[in-house]
Amino acid sequence: MSALLEVNGLRTYFFTRWGTVKAVDGVSFSVNEGETFGLVGESGCGKSITCLSILRLVPAPAGRIIGGEILLEGEDLLKKSEKEMRKIRGRKISMILQDPTASLNPVFTIGDQITEVIKIHRGLKGRSLWQSAKEMLEMVRIPSPDIRLRNWPHELSGGMRQRVVGAIALSCEPALLIADEPTTSLDATIQVQFLRLLRELQQQTGLTLIFVTHDFGIVARMCQRAAVMYAGKIVETANVRELFNHPAHPYTQALMKSLPKVEEKVERLASIEGQPPPLHNLPPGCTFAPRCYYAKERCRSEYPPTVEIEKGHAVSCWNFNEFQ
Amino acid sequence: MVRLWLHLKQVLLKERFSRFPILPGGIVFIFIFLAIFGESLAPYLPNEMNLRERFLPPFWQEGGTMGHPLGTDMLGRDMLSRIMAGARVSFIVAVLALTLGGLTGTVLGIISGYYGGKVDAILMRSADATLAFPIILLAMLLAIILGPSLQNVVISLGLVLWARYARVIRGEVLGFKERDFIALARVAGSSDFRIMFRHLFPNIRSTLVVLLTLQVGWVIIVEASLSFVGAGIPGPDPVWGSMISKGRDYVTMAWWIPFFPGVAVSVVCLSFNTLGDWLREALDPKLRQVIGGG
Amino acid sequence: MRRYIVIRLLQTVVTLFILSMVIFGLVRLSGDPALLMLPETATEEDYRYMRAQLGLDKPIYVQYGIFITNALRGDFGRSIRTRRPVVESIRETLPNSMKLVGVSLFITIILGFPLGIIAAAKKDTYADTFARVIAGLGQSLPTFWVGLMMIQIFVVLLGVLPASGMGSWRHYLMPSACLGIFVMAGVVRLLRSSMLEVLDSEYIRMARIKGVSERVIVWKHALRNSLLSVLSFGGMYIAIMITGAILIETVFAWPGFGRLAYASIVNQDFPLIQGIVLTSGAVVMVTNLITDILYAYLDPRIRYRL
Repeated sequence: MSALLEVNGLRTYFFTRWGTVKAVDGVSFSVNEGETFGLVGESGCGKSITCLSILRLVPAPAGRIIGGEILLEGEDLLKKSEKEMRKIRGRKISMILQDPTASLNPVFTIGDQITEVIKIHRGLKGRSLWQSAKEMLEMVRIPSPDIRLRNWPHELSGGMRQRVVGAIALSCEPALLIADEPTTSLDATIQVQFLRLLRELQQQTGLTLIFVTHDFGIVARMCQRAAVMYAGKIVETANVRELFNHPAHPYTQALMKSLPKVEEKVERLASIEGQPPPLHNLPPGCTFAPRCYYAKERCRSEYPPTVEIEKGHAVSCWNFNEFQ
Repeated sequence: MVRLWLHLKQVLLKERFSRFPILPGGIVFIFIFLAIFGESLAPYLPNEMNLRERFLPPFWQEGGTMGHPLGTDMLGRDMLSRIMAGARVSFIVAVLALTLGGLTGTVLGIISGYYGGKVDAILMRSADATLAFPIILLAMLLAIILGPSLQNVVISLGLVLWARYARVIRGEVLGFKERDFIALARVAGSSDFRIMFRHLFPNIRSTLVVLLTLQVGWVIIVEASLSFVGAGIPGPDPVWGSMISKGRDYVTMAWWIPFFPGVAVSVVCLSFNTLGDWLREALDPKLRQVIGGG
Repeated sequence: MRRYIVIRLLQTVVTLFILSMVIFGLVRLSGDPALLMLPETATEEDYRYMRAQLGLDKPIYVQYGIFITNALRGDFGRSIRTRRPVVESIRETLPNSMKLVGVSLFITIILGFPLGIIAAAKKDTYADTFARVIAGLGQSLPTFWVGLMMIQIFVVLLGVLPASGMGSWRHYLMPSACLGIFVMAGVVRLLRSSMLEVLDSEYIRMARIKGVSERVIVWKHALRNSLLSVLSFGGMYIAIMITGAILIETVFAWPGFGRLAYASIVNQDFPLIQGIVLTSGAVVMVTNLITDILYAYLDPRIRYRL
């Protein structure tokens, strides 16, 4: 398997009146063709900005990608012009966002919104255009697609809206789909249906999927490999089974511990003490040190290098040996 | 009151207030200062006529003197003194109208937002209807029926202002209503009245302050417009709008008579608007969404 | 949708009645309505006649009844100064005002819309600052004073434009520029803030993810949403326009509705101002009605829910 996407040392900072926010601070990972890669972390850890950086849609002028490279099929996206990027967006890489209601323009019909992206990238017109749009709706299992094409966004339920967003994202057969917490605002049963749909589509088309979430349950269900993010950096990368059985980073461990297991009876839900650090005022050394049980002097002054413990399992911690 | 001042001081010392617009701030200060002390500081009595010194141009033109730096009007009254004294009327109108309209509007806005339902619907419909009506006509109507006076102007202005305040404040209240601290207060058994004024109001304070500042400029211009058409404040004290109106007939030969009062209005208005914009930016950039347009 | 229209229509009618009652009440407040309606030269006999006309010795609801039936028939009494029916004066001058307002609206839209849109699309650039300065000035400079100064410059000093009246296209230039810029300031601000809000929304981000060009995003995706919210302020803008028209027509001696209002104050002509206020009220409310219905029609969320 070859790496479809390679992110090396990505740095995206926000320059504000109150300081420089290091939203993404030296993030590196790679995603292989056809696999589902999970990007896990709490809110505000930088996962969404990482995704936006890949598409080069970081909110300007405050936000800027200031370093690193993003290789898609070997080509560095950061070196491309805006015009070239526009050809890639929607065509080679696509993205679906968290809130399906907010993702659809309320004053355009579903049909208009789907056909737009098809028209831009595949240049279809007339009947073939609408036929194509209809096929997309069928692919995401939306019943009566003819009627739905003429509907307005507010006439659809939440689950259907997210499917429409999925249809829009996939209509030009992208190689990579980034899903940014796509099920967080859906009901539990709808969540399951949607995830199932994604998996099936992936099997059908060989789609590569980056799944951003804070929910380890979804990671377990959907992903082959995953990276854990904290305060703008990736602290651990592994394939999912390794990650669950042998979490190496204290943060990953703490996260796992705070998940209640069905078989266990718990008196109190464990939580991690403290708060994530403010991104414009990061502590020196390891960013997790203030909250880390195992933190030593060195942790507070130097940021640990990324070490490969086993094949495919990398971690950034000074003390990973301690609890192997 | 003291608490408000302390809160203000604390807020002002924060870092983001470093970009305080000095020039507009200074002008506002001068304006208020003149409004209170203007008449005693002016070189001449604003109504002091001197028919031998009529139509003197400003000092930089031929015929002008430093004794009357901005010239004199058709009755020989010193322009500078009149403009300084005119600040008072504008200020008083602004204070009265904003108090009346602002207070009413805020109270009604809080009630409307908090209770919702029919009360909200009726109040907001009335507010919209009021806003859509050109107040200049109402003021003109009042001027004819009851004669032009300070109270007519204040009433007319107050009527429009309440509507604006009510709408904005109501919006803010709606935003806060669903927050947890309100629910907590209710669970704790606070009366509606208490919730509204002890819990909601402090959160609306900054919006209120910004709105007040932004509206001063508007009030001054509207008052000037009313005085211009004769529905404003009658003499004998100088009123900027009336000065422009009366100077109209002489504009060709003595352009400075209507010119300087207009400059005064513009400068004061611009300063308040700039100050208000800066305040809004500094207190909470998100406020832009609420008060932003028009 | 139809139901909505009917409800709004009823609301408009009710509000108009309320307006008429307010005016009616105000007049009674003044003390002696008959005195108000008569010129100073009136005789004792005129006075008695007017009292009978207004029905001042009858109960108040009868008086209101008389007032309303007259109004509905288009009889607002006679102007004190010209002795002509108020309705006639209004009928003569209203079209002139509408022409002025029309040209001014044209200027406002042609200049204001692009300025507001570009200011938002290119936030914090020179274009944005320029637009905001213009808007700021437009709202801070008294429009009648600007008009006076324009006369001073263009008529007296340069002699290129006529000072007053309505005649050639030249006469339209200054008044419509003044009125247009006055209204434009508000429009620019409103459009800018509306566009900024829209451009920040998720569906615009989604459009960018699709690879849509920035220009299409601004002028198609964002604008359509912004215009809706600008439209909802339509009623307020008519009020601003009327106010502006009164001031500008006075300055430029434009023979319109606004100048009629000014004349009514100068001459203490009560029947005239009464007619003017009622007509304005009607104009404003009808405009409100139209914009509300238009808004409901254009916003699919409302159209298909009513």
